[in-house]
This record gives sequence, structure tokens and C-alpha cells, in this order.
Amino acid sequence: MPFSLFTRRYDFANDRDALRHFLPWLIAFMVYLAVLALAGVLALNETAGRWNRGVAGTLTVQILAGPDAIQGNDEARVKAALGILRATPGIVRAEAIADSATAALLEPWLGGAGAIADLPLPKLIDVEMASEGSVDLQALSRRLTAAVPGASIDDHRIWLERLLRLIGTVKAIALAVLALIGIATVGTVIFTTRTGLAIHREAIEVLHLIGAQDTYIARQFAHRALMLGLKGGYAGLVLALPTLLMAGIFAHYLGASVLPQLSLGPAHWMALAILPIGVALIAMATAGVTVMRTLARLL
Amino acid sequence: MSTDGTDHVVRFENVGLRYGLGPEVLQDVTFELRPGGFYFLLGDSGAGKSSLLKLIYLALKPSRGLISLFGHDIAITPRRQLPELRRRIGVVFQEFRLLNHLSAFDNVALPLRVAGGRESEIQRNVDELLQWVGLKDQIKARPPTLSGGQQQRVAIARAVIARPKLLLADEPTGNVDDRMALRLMHLFEELNKLGTTIVIATHNQSLVNRFGHPRLRLADGSLTLEPGTETAWPREAPPLRSVSHGRGPRNAL
Repeated sequence: MPFSLFTRRYDFANDRDALRHFLPWLIAFMVYLAVLALAGVLALNETAGRWNRGVAGTLTVQILAGPDAIQGNDEARVKAALGILRATPGIVRAEAIADSATAALLEPWLGGAGAIADLPLPKLIDVEMASEGSVDLQALSRRLTAAVPGASIDDHRIWLERLLRLIGTVKAIALAVLALIGIATVGTVIFTTRTGLAIHREAIEVLHLIGAQDTYIARQFAHRALMLGLKGGYAGLVLALPTLLMAGIFAHYLGASVLPQLSLGPAHWMALAILPIGVALIAMATAGVTVMRTLARLL
Repeated sequence: MSTDGTDHVVRFENVGLRYGLGPEVLQDVTFELRPGGFYFLLGDSGAGKSSLLKLIYLALKPSRGLISLFGHDIAITPRRQLPELRRRIGVVFQEFRLLNHLSAFDNVALPLRVAGGRESEIQRNVDELLQWVGLKDQIKARPPTLSGGQQQRVAIARAVIARPKLLLADEPTGNVDDRMALRLMHLFEELNKLGTTIVIATHNQSLVNRFGHPRLRLADGSLTLEPGTETAWPREAPPLRSVSHGRGPRNAL
């Protein structure tokens, strides 16, 4: 007996019910896809949040290197900029970044220190604000460019927003996939439940004639859908885990140097572990409603 | 032994039944069954006995006319209240309609289970009844492994287990030997004495003759009380008022 764990009654013939073998596999497939989609959403959420936290409240002032004759001495311009920044309310820290550190940042793109020694590297000032929005960036930018030729402000928003928008798009697609999987699950369960009702029509009629309420029959179908859903759901989850690990390893090699690591925390793994229960509950509710609706058309 | 304060268990008024667009298989059937009555339902094969029973146990809706069960006009009774009415009716189907994948025990227990009975009581009552109908050793057997007569007894046990107010039996003794037929008839008589109204559709003329209960005869789609059995009616007033379609004036109700 597949339901020996729960001693709930099932008055219908098991062996005549080919769908018993069919539904768990369909559910397993749905859950497999849902787990991948959900894992994607969670990992992207995590990544976007980390990036956002990392750069929020910071900005970089860039002072282009140039011939001293035109723009004045680099060091003097950095000092002037630092003076303005430190005098601005809302800015808690402003530090010039040493040339060597700037060179190190560029190394992955331009090569070792020797190659860039002669390049006119811009001077960078790392600025930390008390909080996002505590400084009027446009006014600051006007004052800086007026006082310090070649100075510009980069608050990281532009590239961050592009990345976040990309992540948002991918997330939306993944959520749409999840919604479609939900709809497909509901459709599958409706279909299999109706087929089950047709297969057991004779027994259902007898149950009706001896005084069974629709709920008596619906409960049995719903409970069965729950159990088959759990069985298929956890099979799907188990099948999805190796795929997730493979994807993680692949992402690690592919994007180790550029992208932050895509990773899932304990709460996320918990969400994935609960997913089959959610799908099984959807299957249960769908089966119950389908039976009630179908039987309501009978005498 | 009246239910719901009414003086009838079943009341038909000008009930007609047709399948699809075919001719009416039942025409202007009008009768009442009194609480505590015991009736034989006679008629040739195809006369509509099973159709009449199906109307009573709510497996069919009439094409026209009024059917009232225990004082409830079934045309205006909400669907969710029908199970409660059906639980007061025990049916022995002609083709038994046992659930083949359930044991004899589970089949007999079904009416109690759908009514939400307690499992300990179910166990005791079902065991007792199965023993009474001589199926003590077949409690765990599934219907396909039982003989026709054994299946019939399971069907009868299922019909009477919940002590119905009305028992409808379609050829209940068709598959058993005379001795078992008598035993089953005595079971019905016992139930009748406890207040159950009984309707038995049968071809078994010797049984009908042996028990002098009133006979309802279906012929040409009309129901009549067979002459000579009026005296056996349970009450002084004749509960059966039937008029054949298009023949003479109709009795007022």
C-alpha cells in the first residue's frame, strides 16, 4: 500500500488506475524545472543584493590626467578636489587612491605594471557617503568640475543599473517559467483527476447511491493527489540536485574572475526543499476542486 | 413509524419517465408507500420495474410529475441534501454493484463509512451481519471470488447494514437456492417489523404466493394494485391510488 503512512481510506481500485504511475512522473518533471527556475531566481536575488550593498553609498571621483600646462598639476587638482569633497556635508570619507592601486585595478585588462607605467592614469578618489542620497550629486558635480578641470563623478549607478536590469529580466523570465509550471501542474492534475473520475465512474455512482457526499469522494481524490504529488515532487527535487551542482561548478569556472559567485544560502536550500510540498498542495487542491465541480453536474 | 411527520415514505404523483426522446416507459404513475409497508413489485421483464426503483433511489430524475421521499419533494431538494435522503434507503441492485476491489467486509461497511460511522462499531456490526447471512468465512474475500449467491448476500448485507427506513430490492433472491431465499425473506420480514418499508421486485411467484404482501404490478408503463391483495394493505386507507393513462377518470388524491 503506497499510503500505509496515513491510514486514509481509498475506496477506488488502484490496479485499474494507470494514472497512479503517470502523475508522479509528470509532477517530478514539473518540480525538476521549477527547482531550477527557483534556484536561479534565488541566486540572482542574492547576487543583485550583494552588488547593491557593495556599491551603495559610495562614489568615485575621477580626475583625468593631462598636460600640466592645460589643467594644472595632478597633485594640486587632487588636493583641491579632496578639499571640496571633505567640506561637503554628508560625505564621511574621501581618500585618494594611490597610483599603484589604480594600476592594480587595471592590470587584468592592460597587463602588468611595466606596461602601464607610462600611461597617463587618471587619479581616483574613493568617496563614502553617510547614506545613499545624503549628498546632492548634481550640485557636487557642478562645483567639482568648476573648480577642478577634468574632474567627474561616477556613482556606479549606470553600470549597476544595467546589471540589475539584466538580472531583473532574467528573474522575470524565471518567475514566468515558475508560473507556467504552476499552470501546467494544475492542468495536468485536472486532466488526470477527470480521467480518474471516468475510470471509477461505476464505483462513484455506487458511493453516491449509498449516500456518500461529494466531499467524501473529493477528499479521497485530493488525498491521493497529495501523496502522488509528494512522491513525484521529491523525485523531481532529487533529480534536480545534480543539475544544480553542475550548473554551480560551470558558473564557477566560467565567471570566476568577473562575476561574483552565484551561491545559495541555507534559507534558499530550505525553499527548494519545500517546493515539492507546495506543488503537492496545489495538486491536492486542484484534485479536490475538480472532483467537486465534476460531481456537481451529476444527480 | 412515520418520518419527518409525514404519512408516507414514497409518494409519486403523475410521474412520467422517458429516456431521451423515446416513448414514456412510465406513464402517470401515482402511488404512496406507507411507513412499515411490505410490497412486492411485479411485472414482465422490461415493464419498467428497475426504472421505477431507480426513480425511488434517486438514480434517475422523472421526466414529469412529483416524487416525494420522506416528505421531501426531490425536485426542490438541494443536491447536497440528497445523500442524507439516500442514506435512509437501502438498495439491493439487480446486478449487485459491489466494488470488486474491496473485500466483502469493506463493501458492507461502505454505507456506515460514508455516513461517518465509528470504525469500532462498524467492525462489530459488519462482522455480525456477515455471519448472519452465512459469509463468516468470506469476510476478506473479494466479490469476484464469490459465487453469485454469495455476492447477492453481500449486496443484501450492504443494503440493510445502516438500518434503512426504506429497502428496495431488485430480484434479491434470484441467485440463491430456495432455502437461502427463505432465509433472506425472513431477514426482510425482521427489518419490516422494525419499521423498514420494503419493496421487492421479483419474478419468484412461489415466494410472492407464500408471503401475502400487497402486490404492485407494472404493465404498459402504468402501476396498478393487483386485485385480491388489498386486504393485506398495512392501513385501512388504500395507500395505492393508481390510474392507468387514458383509461377512465383519475382518482383525486
